[in-house]
Amino acid sequence: MIRFDNVHKRYSDGTHAVDGLDFEVEEGTTTVLVGPSGCGKTTTMKLVNRLEEPTDGTVYYDGTDVEALEATELRRRIGYVIQDIGLFDHMTVGENVATVPELKGWDADRTDERVDELLDLMGLPPGEYRERHPSDLSGGQRQRVGVARALAAGPDVMLMDEPFGALDPITREELQDEFIDIQREIDTTILFVTHDINEALKMGDRIAIMRDGKLVQYDTPTALLDEPKTKFVEEFVGPDRTLKRLRVLRVEEVMRPEVPDEYADIVDAFQGNDAVVADGGEIVPVAPTDSAQVALSRCIQAGVEALPVVEDSTVVGVVTESAIRNRQSEGA
Amino acid sequence: MLAAVSFLGELLSFAAENAGRLARLSYEHVAITLWTLAIALPVAVSLGVVISYYERAATVVLWVAGVLMTIPAIAFFGVLVPVLGIGNPPTIAALVAYAQLPVIRNTYIGLTQADDAAIEAGTGLGMTRLERLRRVRLPVALPVVMAGIRNAVVILVGLAAIGAFIGAGGLGDFIFYGISAGDTAMIVVTTVALSALALAFDYAFGVIEQWLRLRNGEEVDRAVLTRTLAAVHARLS
Amino acid sequence: MTGVFGLLAATWAYLLANSDRFLELFREHLMLVFVSEAMAVAVAIPLGILATRNDRVKRVVETVGNVAQTVPTLAIIALMFPLLGLGFLPALVGLFVYALLPVLTNTIVGLENVDGGTVEAARGMGMSDWTILRKIRLPLALPVIFAGIRTSTVLNVGTAYLAFFIGGGGLGVWVIGGIQLFNTPQLIAGAVSGALLAVTLDGLLALAERRLGGEAGTGHAATS
Repeated sequence: MIRFDNVHKRYSDGTHAVDGLDFEVEEGTTTVLVGPSGCGKTTTMKLVNRLEEPTDGTVYYDGTDVEALEATELRRRIGYVIQDIGLFDHMTVGENVATVPELKGWDADRTDERVDELLDLMGLPPGEYRERHPSDLSGGQRQRVGVARALAAGPDVMLMDEPFGALDPITREELQDEFIDIQREIDTTILFVTHDINEALKMGDRIAIMRDGKLVQYDTPTALLDEPKTKFVEEFVGPDRTLKRLRVLRVEEVMRPEVPDEYADIVDAFQGNDAVVADGGEIVPVAPTDSAQVALSRCIQAGVEALPVVEDSTVVGVVTESAIRNRQSEGA
Repeated sequence: MLAAVSFLGELLSFAAENAGRLARLSYEHVAITLWTLAIALPVAVSLGVVISYYERAATVVLWVAGVLMTIPAIAFFGVLVPVLGIGNPPTIAALVAYAQLPVIRNTYIGLTQADDAAIEAGTGLGMTRLERLRRVRLPVALPVVMAGIRNAVVILVGLAAIGAFIGAGGLGDFIFYGISAGDTAMIVVTTVALSALALAFDYAFGVIEQWLRLRNGEEVDRAVLTRTLAAVHARLS
Repeated sequence: MTGVFGLLAATWAYLLANSDRFLELFREHLMLVFVSEAMAVAVAIPLGILATRNDRVKRVVETVGNVAQTVPTLAIIALMFPLLGLGFLPALVGLFVYALLPVLTNTIVGLENVDGGTVEAARGMGMSDWTILRKIRLPLALPVIFAGIRTSTVLNVGTAYLAFFIGGGGLGVWVIGGIQLFNTPQLIAGAVSGALLAVTLDGLLALAERRLGGEAGTGHAATS
């Protein structure tokens, strides 16, 4: 979807912000650019919507050199979310979200409908929030509006520059979780910039680690944890890789789609209930998208060996503690 | 006490006897002020917009407008008389110059104070420079620009009175007659009229400001008149 | 262009031929400005201090100030005539009244904008209110007060021309006489010298203001 072909960006003061970048963001993935501050990740992102122009090399958007596209046209096709949010304080929440549809000349009915749909998606009931002003909202709510505004015209690509960076840890966690769900729904290609490796591991299908304007490693989160290619990546990823692996591992990757006899009672007991009481406590089922860490901790809390995996109120399989532990030790 | 009451009576009877002439002079005064604004505001606001993009030009333009402002009004009027003759042209020309600094300065300050993040977001979402100006920067700057305009209007109403000396008419005529005829009531009543005129202009521009901000979708404390206007507007549309 | 140069030459010639009269008028003009300004500063600063310590005084000062802002300079000068008659002294009083407001407003704003923490710290160190005023508030407010004096002085140079209408003398004699008699060289000589005086005073005071640590822009003064 987005391809960097030997891209360089030098500034007039001599800084070499991007130094020979070659990689491709695949369609439908969330690709995270991560690295220490000053590594060129934000510059790289801004090369896509032409807020920066490369001094050398080419950036391709859907096969076309971005330089050949009209900058404002290109930007209206790409969603853009920044750390400082940048809401227009003189406009209402609804008007903020309607910005790009209006720039594109949508008719009022279509725009209104879209605004309501997005506010609903972001957990801001339109009846309550559409006419309010950004200054009345909390930081988390403001960034929800920021994301809704970026999604308004149904962009093929979203650029997100430290979108949750200015939020308190609890709100950040909440928004990350919600955004993962939203992303499944909207199915857009996302390029996400952060300096936080944990956020990268959590949000990304692919992670591009950058240092001094160069790409150091480009891999899936699991591969990154299993095989850091350089000392720098190993240090950047951190010492607690076993634990992190549990966080990036999804239940769907370790679950068994059939229900073996030995666990039939757990599953049967569950059918139709949200939770059942076992020896140690309550059995709370997991979803396929939950992390293995969540599944493991629920197993331990309830004192059981396996948990039912539930999707849309039906049991789709089981996940066992031993399967998780086996996968965890494989990479280490 | 008695003297004060009789003086007040004198003022009232003067105002009553000269209501027609006062109205005509007020009308002239308003006309001069409105003509000045019609020329000065587009120029000053455009200059403010242009210099908000070029910092170097900003220093120069603001300096020149500042120097213009230090030139004594009667001297300015006087210097223009040999060039433009007497009457409205030299008066309006000088007043246009005096209106520049408050309006240019406030437009510039208002435009450059818009939140950087909002401008970056606007750019990133695909707004052209003109769209950013119209949708983001100008609405944010509006209250500051309007404060500059209101400041300018009050100054203009006062300075226009001096224009009477070079034949521009307006309420200044009565001040000068009052001095030469030694007519205290005339001077006092005209002074009150001038002050009221300045306040009325200030109020009118306050209403315009609220009106524009409401149209931008902002919430403002509505003055009574704005409420009335909004109601009338709602009934018409 | 020859017209302009011709006019300038004629103005210069007029100035040389009437240099005694010019110096007399210029001296009168300066007297009007400096004396009225000094009086205004002497009254406005104590009044401003009083206003920051007494809410009722402040309310009165603010209300009167808001209305006074809309009274044209010409009207203030003209009002002196029925009150005090014609001549230098009435003109001086009129200028004084008009010069008062900018200094007064800036004194109040300057004193009130002094950081609360600084005052709190001074109080904590055991300074009396009077000492705080003298050692903390006034020095910190000085640049703002000075900016008010600057605005007021530049305005004053312009307003002093109007003194002529009530017989107060000054450069207005040449400018207004020049307009009435269509004596353009006389008009220009009177107008340009006053404009230069205003610009020069503005520049000098801006320089002084910057030394005091204020934010000096160019002449934010409205002339009369």
